[in-house]
Amino acid sequence: MMSFISYLLSGISLGSVYSIIALGYTMVYGIAKMLNFAHGDILMVGGYAAFLALNSMGLSMPVSVVLSMVVCTVLGIVIERVAYKPLRQANSLNVLITAIGVSYLLQNLALLLFGANPKSFSSFVPLEPVKLAGGALTISGETIVTILACIIIVFGLVTFINKTKAGQAMLAVSEDRGAATLMGVDVNKTISLTFAIGSALAAIGGILLCSAYPTLTPTTGAMPGIKAFVAAVLGGIGSVPGAFLGGIILGILENLSKAYISSKLSDAIVFSVLIVVLLVKPTGILGKKIMEKV
Amino acid sequence: MKKLLSVVLATSMVTALTACGSSGTTAATTTAAAAGSAGESTETAAASGDLTWKIGSQGPLTGGAAVYGLAVTNGAELAIKEINENGGINGYKVEYKKADDEHDQEKAVNAYNSLKDWGMQVFVGPTTSAPTIAVGTEAENDNMFIITPSGSAVDCTNPKNVYRVCFSDPAQGTKSAEYIGKHKLATKVGIIYDSSDVYSSGIHDAFVQEAPKEGLEVVADEQFTADSKTDFSTQLGKMKDSGAELVFLPFYYTEAALVLTQAKGMGFKFFGCDGMDGILSVENFDTSLAEGLMLLTPFAADATDDATVNFVKKYKEAYNETPIQFAADAYDGVYIVKKAIEAAGLKPDQSVSDIGTAIEEQMASLTYDGLTGSGMKWDAKGDVDKEPKAVVIKDGAYTAVE
Amino acid sequence: MIQMKPKMSSSKSKTFRDNLITYGMIVVVYVIVELFLKSGNVSSLMKGLLVPLTIYSIMAVSLNLVVGISGELSLGHAGFMCVGAFASATWSMLMKNSGIPAGISFTIAIIIGALCAAFFGFLIGIPVLRLKGDYLAIVTLAFGEIIKNLINALYFGVDANGAHFSLKDSMDLGMDGGTVIIKGAQGITGTPKMSNFTVGIVLLLIALFVVLNLMNSRTGRAIMAIRDNRIAAESIGLNITKYKLLAFTLSAAIAGVGGVLYAHNLSSLQALPKNFGYNQSIMILVFVVMGGIGNIRGSVISAVILTLLPEVLRNLNDYRMLIYAVILIMMMLFTSAPALISFRERVLMKFGMQKNGKEK
Repeated sequence: MMSFISYLLSGISLGSVYSIIALGYTMVYGIAKMLNFAHGDILMVGGYAAFLALNSMGLSMPVSVVLSMVVCTVLGIVIERVAYKPLRQANSLNVLITAIGVSYLLQNLALLLFGANPKSFSSFVPLEPVKLAGGALTISGETIVTILACIIIVFGLVTFINKTKAGQAMLAVSEDRGAATLMGVDVNKTISLTFAIGSALAAIGGILLCSAYPTLTPTTGAMPGIKAFVAAVLGGIGSVPGAFLGGIILGILENLSKAYISSKLSDAIVFSVLIVVLLVKPTGILGKKIMEKV
Repeated sequence: MKKLLSVVLATSMVTALTACGSSGTTAATTTAAAAGSAGESTETAAASGDLTWKIGSQGPLTGGAAVYGLAVTNGAELAIKEINENGGINGYKVEYKKADDEHDQEKAVNAYNSLKDWGMQVFVGPTTSAPTIAVGTEAENDNMFIITPSGSAVDCTNPKNVYRVCFSDPAQGTKSAEYIGKHKLATKVGIIYDSSDVYSSGIHDAFVQEAPKEGLEVVADEQFTADSKTDFSTQLGKMKDSGAELVFLPFYYTEAALVLTQAKGMGFKFFGCDGMDGILSVENFDTSLAEGLMLLTPFAADATDDATVNFVKKYKEAYNETPIQFAADAYDGVYIVKKAIEAAGLKPDQSVSDIGTAIEEQMASLTYDGLTGSGMKWDAKGDVDKEPKAVVIKDGAYTAVE
Repeated sequence: MIQMKPKMSSSKSKTFRDNLITYGMIVVVYVIVELFLKSGNVSSLMKGLLVPLTIYSIMAVSLNLVVGISGELSLGHAGFMCVGAFASATWSMLMKNSGIPAGISFTIAIIIGALCAAFFGFLIGIPVLRLKGDYLAIVTLAFGEIIKNLINALYFGVDANGAHFSLKDSMDLGMDGGTVIIKGAQGITGTPKMSNFTVGIVLLLIALFVVLNLMNSRTGRAIMAIRDNRIAAESIGLNITKYKLLAFTLSAAIAGVGGVLYAHNLSSLQALPKNFGYNQSIMILVFVVMGGIGNIRGSVISAVILTLLPEVLRNLNDYRMLIYAVILIMMMLFTSAPALISFRERVLMKFGMQKNGKEK
């Protein structure tokens, strides 16, 4: 029983990281209708920024986090301006390809700048592990902070979208870009804002990911990026609570299937569940039903 | 619009094709010319200034496995620099070129071919197993001599022209089980390995086969894959539940650093293979986590013998990193080639195939003392015979155990 | 999510001429390359690249059938390639010492590869084609990854008692002598090298012939009608599932053939993330998008260029992949950004090249 709870907790912790990354995916998709395959690599850049700020520049932990977020935000806006904006009227597949190009670019740039050797990330979580049930159950500080951070971010984001003007503008653009323009929403500004928020979240995701699983290489972001994409689709792409739910479910699934079925086939199992869910609910768990226009 | 585009694409394709063709032509002619003039000059004078050895190496220089390819190509480069400083091989300087194979069989063949076009005579590569197998078969037709620093799968040395510096995977698995059994480190053993990786699953299979003979009981056997290698808490949890005393980690230090961090305070003994070497040089790694970790490796970067100290010092100067075993393997590989060429009295103007045959003949009787083992000998298949050293990490440093 | 300009306006003779240009282009390239080969003026790198070029051209044709003609986004085509590769390589390993002439054995291998991949395409197609757009894309991606994961876990051997399968390890097969053919992550080694440039070109021409003819057939027009307007097509009584499934299965079969060529070109076959993972699927998609969605000839050309590009860039050493990424982005922006397209047209006008704005 204790081991089950412990597997479950580590699943939720991993899932929270996926959630935070998936939020960026989902927001960008909702607004720009594009799959930003470079999102995972922005996360990696966030990781390196925080690592360098803390270890090479000797900044304090909170300053490093902020700096990493700033770096990612700027990077996200620049990428959007340079690589995605010119293609806004083009076929969405074209933007997907550009995103892949950006992803290669960031990975190879990181390889040249930081080398291939992994860096061991020092945890940004200063908490001691909590021991419960007389030591039978240990919960690491990273687990607690990751889960809390994820919940705070989701609530913050939902409030932001529903209560602020900028958030409402985002919602409007994602519903109908043409109508939003007519209503006086500055679409360019809104899209930039979305990329900025998504990238800042990627920075937090990167720091949390590397705190819990502390190796940092130029390809660190690739796999979590794809998993987060899967999580976003699982929850219903475009939906903020959906990304949260999808991430958590994915993390739990991954860990429980490793623990109770087969650690070798856990990827196959996770993907199978995704397929089954999509067959039952074709737009994901919390996805909106698409109305077909005749 | 589309039509225009396809015309543009078509013309650029044709130019690309002809460019490739013509560059091949020029390369072929220049090498032919060089060979011709070289032939004349060797008849008249002994050592010609522009006649050189051409040694190539390759490995993944980009992508997830880049750390190994970079180590191998750097190690080989360092050895060649040293050789050139000391007068080259048989009086001829050595030229060096590396190529990126992205840890992919097809790209590996491309990389090998590009080195061949450059005029490579001896090949110290590839770095990883799958590319080595693919390249080995191609190179068999050219009879190019290949010594792979680190292609450890059994099948790598199947072609007659392929030799290796490192152990084969099963040899490591068997030796590890023997060592654990003989020194009574544990009776209940758990294993975590990368089931999507050739190296890791090769060692695992041999270890599991050998374990019962050594009185070991494998109580837990867990895997991970290249696609899910961030979270190891579940595998470790199952190790704990199964009552394993020792956990065998037959994979590379990049992932092992993660496993050790996540196993903090769980109280296992850990045992690794040669891929574990390098764990102490992971930037910013908390070395106390690796305390007591034992590994069978032919190379340890803080060994105190002169050769290792010299190598590590020069490597750090050149590349700003502590070398891992891969770099040492490649460094040895170059020196093995040098020794064989010298023993056979070869000259760079001989054909690739002649050089290949001559070196292969030498390999049967060659013994070599290097960074990764002393008294290295090769069998007819091309596998090396050397003893692994057991190393334990004590106070944040590798310490040899008997 | 995929919009394509209908090609219906083109008359029959025009399409026929168009197709002839496509075949002719390939034959001409083939003859030129063969002439170069005969005269011995081709670099080893280029020689080694010939078969991969045909493989990726075939893959691009295959994916364009799904993305361009059928209008579905598939991110799992490397999975079908993987199935074709492993199925045919297993056959070739079994037949290695059987004395069957290599030509016949290889022909059967190609058929086996195509059939196995088609079977998987069919199986996956049934549920997948109910979905749309990005959801379909992610499910195909998932299937591709599942196939790769399963093959990495699969052990298969043959002894006197017949065939043995296991998903655990080679000891678990319980083999009594015999040979283990698929060794999990270690894959298959020692596949005979039977692919060559001629076979590749012939298979590419066959693939083109099948796809181009399909496009101009009644079935093909039905498939494109469904792509352009599903509801309208349904209302005139077209069986959507049937046509979509047909295109998907055919595409998988062609991808399987690409896999057969791949497996018989290299002596070691392993399902690495690089060759059969989603990265490969995406690369093939890049060929298709760059060459023009629905434009079969364009996708062959772009497959060739984008496969050659990283090899031509080898001299850049450490900067190779970086430059490759930059070129990829630039090419995409240059070909697809509206601002750049009009800029390009203005430049062309200046140089006096007549450009009737009919198409764009």
